[in-house]
Amino acid sequence: MIEGRVWKYGDDVNTDVIFPGKYTYQPLEPAEMAEHAMEDLDVSFAGEVKKGDVIVAGYNFGCGSSREQAATCLKAAGIAAVIAKSFSRIFFRNAINNGLPVIELEDGVDDMEKGDTVSIDFEAGTVTHKGNAYHFPALPKEVLAILNDGGLIPHVRKQLGRE
Amino acid sequence: MGMSFAQKVLAAKAGLQSVAVGQIVEIEPDYCLSHDNTAAISKTFKKIGVERVKYPERFVIVLDHTVPASIEKYALGHKEIREFVYEQGIANFYDAGVGICHQVLPEKGFALPGKLILGSDSHTTTYGAFGAFSAGVGRSEMAVLYATGKIWLKTPASFKIVVSGQLEEPITSKDLVLKIIGMIGADGALYRSIEFTGRAIEQMSLSSRMVLSNMAIECGAKNGYIAPDKKTFAFLDGRAVCEYTAVYPDPDAKYEKVLEFDATRLDPQVAKPHTVDNVSPIEDVIGTKIDQALIGTCTNGRLEDLRLAAKILSGNRVAHGVRLLILPASQEVLLGALKEGLIETFVEAGALVLNPGCGPCLGAHQGVLAPGEVCLSTANRNFRGRMGSRDAEIYLASPATVAASAITGVITDPRAEFVGGTK
Repeated sequence: MIEGRVWKYGDDVNTDVIFPGKYTYQPLEPAEMAEHAMEDLDVSFAGEVKKGDVIVAGYNFGCGSSREQAATCLKAAGIAAVIAKSFSRIFFRNAINNGLPVIELEDGVDDMEKGDTVSIDFEAGTVTHKGNAYHFPALPKEVLAILNDGGLIPHVRKQLGRE
Repeated sequence: MGMSFAQKVLAAKAGLQSVAVGQIVEIEPDYCLSHDNTAAISKTFKKIGVERVKYPERFVIVLDHTVPASIEKYALGHKEIREFVYEQGIANFYDAGVGICHQVLPEKGFALPGKLILGSDSHTTTYGAFGAFSAGVGRSEMAVLYATGKIWLKTPASFKIVVSGQLEEPITSKDLVLKIIGMIGADGALYRSIEFTGRAIEQMSLSSRMVLSNMAIECGAKNGYIAPDKKTFAFLDGRAVCEYTAVYPDPDAKYEKVLEFDATRLDPQVAKPHTVDNVSPIEDVIGTKIDQALIGTCTNGRLEDLRLAAKILSGNRVAHGVRLLILPASQEVLLGALKEGLIETFVEAGALVLNPGCGPCLGAHQGVLAPGEVCLSTANRNFRGRMGSRDAEIYLASPATVAASAITGVITDPRAEFVGGTK
């Protein structure tokens, strides 16, 4: 169960604006990545984001490049979950693989505004906003297992008996 | 019920008789690609706790994104990759200058019909032009592939895009794919497998087909397949690194959508800032002033693209105040262009010829944009900030449109009279 403050964006938020290409091939620590999060979309984001905030967006969130930093920079910035009407497939995988919950939800998203509070109950599969509860479908079990292990690397370490 | 191309390949790789749309399967890809991001991937690989890459012969590593290194951090990354490749015995390594990964894999015979190829790069879809099932994945997934050789994939639903008619010079497959993306939108084929078919596709060269598969990701597709034919087999003759069996969709395969387009009498198309699906016919943007023109990249940096550009540039000069960058997709392309005298034409026209590689396409080096500048490019993405400043603008078009516009300094119809056109 998480309760977070909303950052609201539109459709087709691409990974270039989430994490610019000029940093993509430089080895950066998570805190440095967080400083560049959303740099070309919303210059206020990196300075004002707080741990536990939630991104709410329209269709096709994370389209474009496969750069994994688009997911990891948001996680490093403290984002607790991304709710979007739909996700691009590579971003979706990258988020799960780094333990960043992604929730596909169409209902209610248009009513959620920047600064609102949303609560997410993963077990019940609901997002609650201003007293309205919206249901989202559970992830396939193979995918949920990765998220529950905290990401792909810990998941595979566990499978290989390295933990 | 018949199966689509994606279903047939995924079923075969999973060792199943059939797979349903939505079914998750665990498979071992035939080949996997990583590039400059191998530096980061190799570090993630080491966190898994496995000493050796499980199947070194299945991995292809190409340095292309920041070559030659322009800053010390890139140089260090490349050095770490060379050490990793040596230590792990990865023979399929192509160092800086050989070319862009999506050109190098086909040239070196890895992009083969019926094979399943994954890459830690979104434009891995390109190999669909050779009848492969190919898709992008992330860096952590590539690290796990190094360690285990295995990955899960979900079986996508399929769209069939049927293109009738025939493209007529100077209209190219770039105009066609921009038209398609403009019509269906940036998420028009989200998570779908696209099968491109029809007379116009059959008539196309492999280079032209690669543009369609390369840009399939720009409408959200997982992969973009084109049925291999005589042209494909002829190209692969002497290149293929192993035996292959072509895979074709069943005649009664089920498609979620069938979309029809006509290539005949297509106008030149331009994607306007800042999304690839913001497409207009050229007349809407004619006269827009440009500061930089880029011909090349994994989308349009092949010999046929350079030939078309050289034909238009021959005897002309790049407009005062405009920088024209020529970026061949590979050493093989560059050598071909040299032998045909195309490079001479470019230099005489005042163009700047770059080394094979990704160049300024992703804004990491070589020809980035200042605030307020406008670039007309043959690349595949025009996202805000993609080529440098977030206050720059990128328009996307065909090599013919970019060449004609470099001469005039404003976006120009390549059918204009000065290039011998008919308009």
